[in-house]
Amino acid sequence: MTSPKIDVAYVAELARLELTEEEKALFQPQMESIVKYVEKISSVDVEGVPPMMHGRELVNSFREDVVRPSMDREKALGNAPARVGDEFLLPKIVEGAES
Amino acid sequence: MELWKLGIKAAREGLEKGDFTSRDLVEAIIARRNEADTKIGAYLTFDEEQALALADANPKAVPIAVKDLINVTGQPCTCGSKILKGYISPYDATVIRNMKARGFIPAGRVNMDEFAMGSSTENSALGVTRNPFDLERVPGGSSGGSAAAVGGELCYAALGTDTGGSIRQPASFCNCVGVKPSYGRVSRFGVTAFASSLDQVGPLAKSVEDAAILLGAIAGHDEMDGTTPKDPVPDYAALLAGASLKGVRIGVVKEYAGIAGLDPEVKRITDEAIAKCTAAGAEIVEVSLPHAEYAMAVYYIIAPAEASANLARFDGVRYGHRSERSNDVFSLYTRSRAEGFGPEVKRRIIMGTYVLSSGYYDAYYGRAQKVRTLIRCDFEEAFSKVDAILTPCAPTPAFKLGELQDPLTMYLNDLFTIPSSLAGVCAASVPAGFTAARPDRPALPVGVQFICASFAESKLLQISKAFEEAMK
Repeated sequence: MTSPKIDVAYVAELARLELTEEEKALFQPQMESIVKYVEKISSVDVEGVPPMMHGRELVNSFREDVVRPSMDREKALGNAPARVGDEFLLPKIVEGAES
Repeated sequence: MELWKLGIKAAREGLEKGDFTSRDLVEAIIARRNEADTKIGAYLTFDEEQALALADANPKAVPIAVKDLINVTGQPCTCGSKILKGYISPYDATVIRNMKARGFIPAGRVNMDEFAMGSSTENSALGVTRNPFDLERVPGGSSGGSAAAVGGELCYAALGTDTGGSIRQPASFCNCVGVKPSYGRVSRFGVTAFASSLDQVGPLAKSVEDAAILLGAIAGHDEMDGTTPKDPVPDYAALLAGASLKGVRIGVVKEYAGIAGLDPEVKRITDEAIAKCTAAGAEIVEVSLPHAEYAMAVYYIIAPAEASANLARFDGVRYGHRSERSNDVFSLYTRSRAEGFGPEVKRRIIMGTYVLSSGYYDAYYGRAQKVRTLIRCDFEEAFSKVDAILTPCAPTPAFKLGELQDPLTMYLNDLFTIPSSLAGVCAASVPAGFTAARPDRPALPVGVQFICASFAESKLLQISKAFEEAMK
């Protein structure tokens, strides 16, 4: 396995997480040591080994596809940080659109 | 009568005989909490009005403390995080619905490491929980509030969750029985997800029998969780009658002999536990888990990877904290998350995002999934030879608040619990004794871990019960 240096500031941006300069300075060496630790799996021979995708190997766990009531709209909106009518209110997303 | 001292079985007997009602049980906990929890800090919130109303509607039900990431209608569900401040659950998790149908009611919400990430409950953004056996020490984590409430006699029993040891390690630190069910045995619907391929809800209780009763009440198939098979739930508690260690084959792990970081007192107590099993008629067999040494590394790839995806839902849009400093959607995401999450959650999101990112996925996540297969195969091989595996539960007894500052050192607490989590099998922590008091450390409880094959909870609980009897 290659041993790339984790760029905490870049990865945090991918994760939609704003970090302060103090956090970047704190996390960078911590994450490097964690990444270095987990790299020990590179020495395991996994040739021909299938991946374990989940906690229990289940295939086609289906239920009947029947329409049924879902959560009441007022309940679903009950924890909204901001709403307008029956919708969640957000800042403008599309450039140039009316907000 | 000090009702708060009771466990589930004794409480049920009293309810049946008419000695007291569910309301009496709730009131006893409220009084006990007002007296003792000011020092321990196990509970985050306790809606007395709702608990008493539920008790009046179910006069023969036993109140259960609930880890603050399991949804109960009308209650907060903070997950130990600032990001869910003010959130009120609009529905009951399946485990809550199940237990209400089987003679239990939720009463009180207990503390935890933020989003179940941690081994000391110090990562809670909402308060400190102390170990009832030494207030200078941690209760363990992430289900530290659950364990402190049970160990400190602040509840009759509690629900916790376990992803890599979060029921078992605090149970060991606080002298309670903690059961991590096999993956799929208990529904995760309504339980805030940390790592979806590992999370399980389980009981923390004052005895193995109590844990068996509560596990039986929450377990089973749920069409809202596709990972729960339709296998019937045995009457775990009834199957404990006559439990014995005679002829039971108990595995001890070859690779754990002389392992670094094991506290000498924990080693002594584990060795004595093995001797007790032998004296009670068990046969001790050496087993090998050759890939267990990679389990920590595999876990700290897979769990953060899944967490980074699961926690993407906390974006300030539909619920939870929304930053007031945001002026567009991107900053609404990044700042709401920056303000809402604590440092350990941020580290795990960064780790998870990194191992899933383009160019690194195969080397980390893909490879970790393959090593996870090898770990599961190690357990399958071992369980072809033995009924259960016995290991220390945590490498040390409870440590001091603030003692472990380095994240990686904290992670090592789960050394003995993570392999079985990855394999998806079931495991329990059972009290095994106390450390000798030292000038720097009072006598502290220590649990041992029994591990059984997937969906072998009956056997796990029978062996745990027989061990509990042997320790008396």
